[in-house]
Amino acid sequence: MRAMAQSKANKEPLVHVVRKEDTTTLKKWMLRVIAVAAALLVTGAFVFAVTGINPFNIYGAMVTGTFGTPRRIRNTIKTLTPLLCLGVGLAPAFKMKFWNIGAQGQMLVGALAASFVALTFRNLPGGVLIPLMGLGAILAGALWAVLPAIFKAFWNTNETLFTLMMNYIATFWVMYSVDVWKGESSGFASFKQIAKNAVMPVIAKENFYICTGIVLIVAALMYIYMKRTKHGYELAVVGESEKTARYAGINVKKVTIRTMVLSGAICGLCGFLTVSGIDFTLSHTMNNGFGFTAIVVAWLAKFNPFTMIGTSFMMVFFQNAASEISSMNANATEYLSNVISGIILFFLIGVEFFINYRLVFRKNGKEGK
Amino acid sequence: MGIIWNLDSMLGWIVMAVNFGSVILYGAMGEILTEKAGHLNLGVPGIMLCGGISGFAATFLYEQNTANPSGFVMLLLGLLSSIVAATLAGLIYAFLTITLKANQNVTGITLTTFGAGIAKHFGSVISAKSGSTAIRSALADEVFNAKIPFLSTNLGVVGKLLFNYGFLVYLAIILAILLQLFFNKTHQGLNLRAIGENPGTADAMGINVTGYKYAAILTGSAISGLGGFLYLVINNVQWSTALDIEGMGWLAVALVIFATWKPVNAIWGGYLFGFLSKAGAYAPTFITGIVISQHIWNMTPYIVTILVLIFVSFRMKRESRPPQALGLSYFREDR
Repeated sequence: MRAMAQSKANKEPLVHVVRKEDTTTLKKWMLRVIAVAAALLVTGAFVFAVTGINPFNIYGAMVTGTFGTPRRIRNTIKTLTPLLCLGVGLAPAFKMKFWNIGAQGQMLVGALAASFVALTFRNLPGGVLIPLMGLGAILAGALWAVLPAIFKAFWNTNETLFTLMMNYIATFWVMYSVDVWKGESSGFASFKQIAKNAVMPVIAKENFYICTGIVLIVAALMYIYMKRTKHGYELAVVGESEKTARYAGINVKKVTIRTMVLSGAICGLCGFLTVSGIDFTLSHTMNNGFGFTAIVVAWLAKFNPFTMIGTSFMMVFFQNAASEISSMNANATEYLSNVISGIILFFLIGVEFFINYRLVFRKNGKEGK
Repeated sequence: MGIIWNLDSMLGWIVMAVNFGSVILYGAMGEILTEKAGHLNLGVPGIMLCGGISGFAATFLYEQNTANPSGFVMLLLGLLSSIVAATLAGLIYAFLTITLKANQNVTGITLTTFGAGIAKHFGSVISAKSGSTAIRSALADEVFNAKIPFLSTNLGVVGKLLFNYGFLVYLAIILAILLQLFFNKTHQGLNLRAIGENPGTADAMGINVTGYKYAAILTGSAISGLGGFLYLVINNVQWSTALDIEGMGWLAVALVIFATWKPVNAIWGGYLFGFLSKAGAYAPTFITGIVISQHIWNMTPYIVTILVLIFVSFRMKRESRPPQALGLSYFREDR
């Protein structure tokens, strides 16, 4: 009996997982490309199975959905702008391993504050009103994020759950405010009608280019902040290990709160950009739940603001693809976009394992030691 | 401002609260089981949506395509198909987060997006095929909403309050009690909790960490999936894309905290959440002179949950806190 148990215990498992640190950048990206290719195969097969559309037409539709016409390219940039902004906002928090799931809520209160300022001071000239809206949004977003941060810093309250709950309070608050502000009318009117001065000026026929510019500047500044400043270094150390940070004399509480103020402020800024330059109105469904998508965008980019341009583009690309496919056939619906991005993301999430770990197979004929 | 008493309205409100509360309770029980294994599954809303659409599709298509559909087959089909779909959705999460050690938050959120896409896609395709936006399975409604005979009709207010629900509502209570007993009174339950607190120590004790985690997440997903199906049942097994199963799923995540990870607390907590989520419709019949928006009422469960979360972290009581290893993936060599 004992001998049997022992031989069982000594037998090495068939596969053994080892952490690897030495994956080269080239190899990492090759693995990710393979993952996307595999995901595209699965997506094609899935869409073909449920709609009967030829997979090659599906891939074709993916490209035309984003690049088909100049207008589509413009729309892609327009959709990408808020998503990138939220991703950049999340970057420092995630780098600190503070799981801010509350970007959605921080964006919504930002939009709410910007709308409040716009409606209250609608007669101010645009040059004063618009910065004022931005300021209101930044403060609101920061406030929404600092609450969970304070409780995390002082009482170690679980930040994932706290920020998640804050999203729903923000959502219902926006629904409530829209109800109040729209009064008897069926929907909340466009700022283009009720508060003209609150609308971003037009550049090259579009209002949103200024927003895109602002987001790119914020992304660049964030890159510098995270890579080149003392603050950025401190938050990275806290993310690696709180114990090390304390040992090195870093005030963990202060860094946590400061970083979350910044994170929430940028997410709030996104709300302002959306109401002033993209949607021109307030709605709890604004930006399509991007507060959640941005979590994935930031994580896939390994919290690098520049890589996020690529990852957020990818998310928008697949969303466009699905809306293109949904017009091809009665069996295809707009909801396929969620399914398609889901499949692609599952593969991209899964491939990280093969980047960070190596599988070691048991050698034949060499069981036990 | 004044308050008027209206018995009928109160009865209606409570019955709604218990029905919707049970949906949240199923979701929360699944999530408690998952979190006890150290995994925060933000994919619960997606899993509930998958369970809901699958149970609906099976019952609806069976009724449409069978000359004499049988109630018993309907019962099995509804339960099994929602359990199977939810378990499969849970398997995606389990494989990615346990075997591939993926980030739990990212995986869970993706699963919710994916599940919502699956449910809404197939729901609208079935609706479009039937040429109507409001499609329902009448027989499934009859089977799953069968009330307890005699007791529900002949006992007046007591009957209406206590015996006026489909069997899934009672099953939820039984499951919650069993789950609580499992955590506190069984060897396996203790092992599972040990894994959620510190998988390294549990592993050293010889507990099969991976096996337990898979079992907990898959079983948890199956239970949550039943919640998605129950949501359809209380809406007379009628599908429309406006169904708010996702909102119920997020309330379930909140309920786990509110109940401080104890299934028995989740019973009354679920009913309270159900009561609050229906306040927008019922409260105006009681309170006069002041209008409290439905949206403000809808906020309350989340505010209360945050207060509980804060309170729990103030009071360093061990058994009320989240499992210590919640959200962290386990890699043996790191321990």
